[in-house]
Amino acid sequence: MERRTAKDLIDGQLSWPQLKEIISHPKDPDRFQVVMDVLRERLGWQEPVLLPLAEHLYIVQKGTQRVVRCDCGYEFGDCRENWKTKARVFVRNDESLLREIYPQMMHCDPQWMELREFYCPGCFTLLEVEAVPPGYPVLFDFQPDIDGLYEWLGLPLPSSASE
Amino acid sequence: MDVAKRDVGRTPIGWDGKTLLEMMEESERLFQETGRYQGIDRLELKEEDHFRYERAFAKLRGALVAARETALHISASPIVRNIGELCFALYTPEGDSVAVSTGIMVHVHTMSEALKWMVRNNYERDPGIRPGDIFTSNDPDVGNVHTADVHTMVPVFWEDELVGWASGVTHQVDIGANTPGHDPITPTSRFEDGFHLTCERIGEDEHIRQDHRLRSQRAVRSPLYWDLDEKCRTAGAYLIRDAVHRFIAEEGIDYYKRFTREVVEEGRRIFMARVRERLLPGRYRAVTFVGIPFKEEAWQPRARKDFICHAPMEIVIGRDGDFFLTMEGASEPGFHAFNCAEGPMQGAIWVLLSQMLVYDGKVNDGSYLALRHYFPPGSWCNALDPQLSYSTPWAFLIPAFTGLTRCLSRALFARGYREEVVCGYGFTGDAIQGGGTLAFNGEYWPAANFEISAVGLGASAVHDGLDWGYAMWNPESDQGDAELWELLEIGIPYLARRVKEDTAGYGKYRGGSGWEALRLLVGNRDAELYMARADGVTFMGSGIFGGYPQATAYRLWSRGSEIMDRVSKGQPYPLGDDPDSGEFEELLRGEVTRRTTAMMMPEIFHDRDVLHYVLSGGPGCGDPLERPAQRVVDDMNEGIFSERIAADVLGVVASRAEGQEKWTLDEEATDARRQEIRRLRAERSLPFDDFWQQERQRIEQGQLVEPVRGMLRESMGLSQTWAQEFRAFWKLPEGFQP
Repeated sequence: MERRTAKDLIDGQLSWPQLKEIISHPKDPDRFQVVMDVLRERLGWQEPVLLPLAEHLYIVQKGTQRVVRCDCGYEFGDCRENWKTKARVFVRNDESLLREIYPQMMHCDPQWMELREFYCPGCFTLLEVEAVPPGYPVLFDFQPDIDGLYEWLGLPLPSSASE
Repeated sequence: MDVAKRDVGRTPIGWDGKTLLEMMEESERLFQETGRYQGIDRLELKEEDHFRYERAFAKLRGALVAARETALHISASPIVRNIGELCFALYTPEGDSVAVSTGIMVHVHTMSEALKWMVRNNYERDPGIRPGDIFTSNDPDVGNVHTADVHTMVPVFWEDELVGWASGVTHQVDIGANTPGHDPITPTSRFEDGFHLTCERIGEDEHIRQDHRLRSQRAVRSPLYWDLDEKCRTAGAYLIRDAVHRFIAEEGIDYYKRFTREVVEEGRRIFMARVRERLLPGRYRAVTFVGIPFKEEAWQPRARKDFICHAPMEIVIGRDGDFFLTMEGASEPGFHAFNCAEGPMQGAIWVLLSQMLVYDGKVNDGSYLALRHYFPPGSWCNALDPQLSYSTPWAFLIPAFTGLTRCLSRALFARGYREEVVCGYGFTGDAIQGGGTLAFNGEYWPAANFEISAVGLGASAVHDGLDWGYAMWNPESDQGDAELWELLEIGIPYLARRVKEDTAGYGKYRGGSGWEALRLLVGNRDAELYMARADGVTFMGSGIFGGYPQATAYRLWSRGSEIMDRVSKGQPYPLGDDPDSGEFEELLRGEVTRRTTAMMMPEIFHDRDVLHYVLSGGPGCGDPLERPAQRVVDDMNEGIFSERIAADVLGVVASRAEGQEKWTLDEEATDARRQEIRRLRAERSLPFDDFWQQERQRIEQGQLVEPVRGMLRESMGLSQTWAQEFRAFWKLPEGFQP
């Protein structure tokens, strides 16, 4: 994939016919590098970015530690721990809070389920929404094996990145 | 092996003098020992002549697709014909799928389980498997989702050997359960699920036996449609059998045998390659819940209970490419219609992986063989009890597998393949079920509408979800024509179908929108009708990266409406429902009922009653405040989002002049509104530790409602691992029970 196309892909600027073309073709094996190059350039961080974890979250090599960082710069700590435990949380657990964002009768019963909104404490971007019963443990959605990925891709980890 | 040979007393029908049981045991042993299908090391046929190999696959695949298209035009019920609610597949003698047609592909693997069940139970010995035989099955505990899906399996012989099975599945409008309909919600045991056929031989010498025809047509409420669909499945299976015979005549029996094995192994390898190509090693988790408020509503004493289905999903991908899916922690089965056997869960993995990872590969049981899975024995997703009801496992299965889409999406996103992200899908349910009796001739009409197969798809990470056009179990489905549904459901024509506002899950990329319909009873003695969706007191799954779950369902109907008076006076009637406006009540009058529960138990309705239902949207992806403001205005102009949701959730302010239909963006007000929402987020949110303390307190002080506590107790009882995780997260003492 060309760098310009990758930029448009990341920005959601490709039309459906363009996307369909990409989906219908064999995958480009260098996609990870192309996308990472675009992201690294945009973020402009000195520390190596190892992986995009979510729309706004990245795993970054910071010294000997791998940390989760929002693109606003806020750091959530060690990537082996759930970044949500460093987030700000807002729970919609009563009728009025659910009614703020859903039409009448078209939301869960707050006794049975609540919406947990996890915000970045730095920029208050909404990073994840959990729909779970009250008392349900917070979900650790994704624990990537970064070394394994770079091994699969045959790519060296950025020089300071070996644990 | 010895038992099989001793009891057969005649020449085995398997390959090289083996019985089918011996073939299956050998196949399983080779897979166990080598990790490869039939122990195949090299794809020799592919390597030797790539073009011949691909042409061979195209021939079989083409024959299956052609069989499907032809069979549904030979003879089929409206449900099968209107949206193609059928599927065909070719299997090896051991029951592994080689190639499949388009259609309800979720059943390709369940038919495989039924065939394997026949082999394991030594059908070769008794009742025997002969050329011209026709077998049928719909037993969920053996290899099916629910009784309404009926399989026809025809053995394909070449000389004296069984070379494969040609099989087809259709979905029945009625299966003779304790209420009319195809997804009954009132059964509590097998004995209310309707007509069961447990891998029975229903025909010999290419002829369906009269005793089976008479029995089956007396077992269901719509014998005509049963008959049409049985002919459809049988015709399709014979078209496939004939195509296999032509294939063998052209390519040779040796090539056919080697090819059908090699192509399954290739399917396995394609899946393994896709995992390495598009995903990454790691641990992925997602969870979905389905709340069932049956304490007041259920018909039978044992079923009167409020409960929640807990569907946790974890996928671990190893550096060696091993793909392991587990639902450790799943809650219990029960006296309800939503229990699920292991086969449908396997089928659901298969159908979703076929759509998300191997849609351009060799779609067959190779994908199934390429991964490991664990569905806890004795849980709702591997109930292991044939006496339970399996009428509508879809109610739990469909929501549960949104977890798979979210898990895979995180990997696809991280690898840069953002166009492949799909953060879930809507629940395919809610249209009316049941049936009625016409006043003028006493004729029965079934209500089994498959416009449910057109719900919203979840958003991707680069574009919105598909509007009103997706069903996880039939990737090519659509709404079908209203006029054709009315031919089937003759006593309840449509008043309206339209886009349902605010059903698309909110996000930077929104989920596909849902829609709504109004139906009017006309010309009936009466009708027994019900509607079912799995999301009412609970959301179905969630969005991803800050996207929200789609809106839930609700119930609405009017008894004794004034619709006829309005129509005769040329006055307007509602075309849908806005719960906040009161228009439905004002225009229709009558006795109006609104309920937040998604399940509506069967009730008797009469002429002039009007029923409303909502087809689900899909979940969203990304922070809704990041959706380009003009796109939100476009959504408003298309009826996707209301003014209130645009302003309160997406932070977009738009205006329109009096009498104008089109909204125009107010950029300044939008900037201010979005800043205001961010300020509110900062003001109202808590540090995680405070949130943790508050939640823990609710658990410790027993403030959870019974269905939540019951769900937690069930999962903790079935899984020590899950119980330990739960207690560890909340730092609760050993032995704590919620």
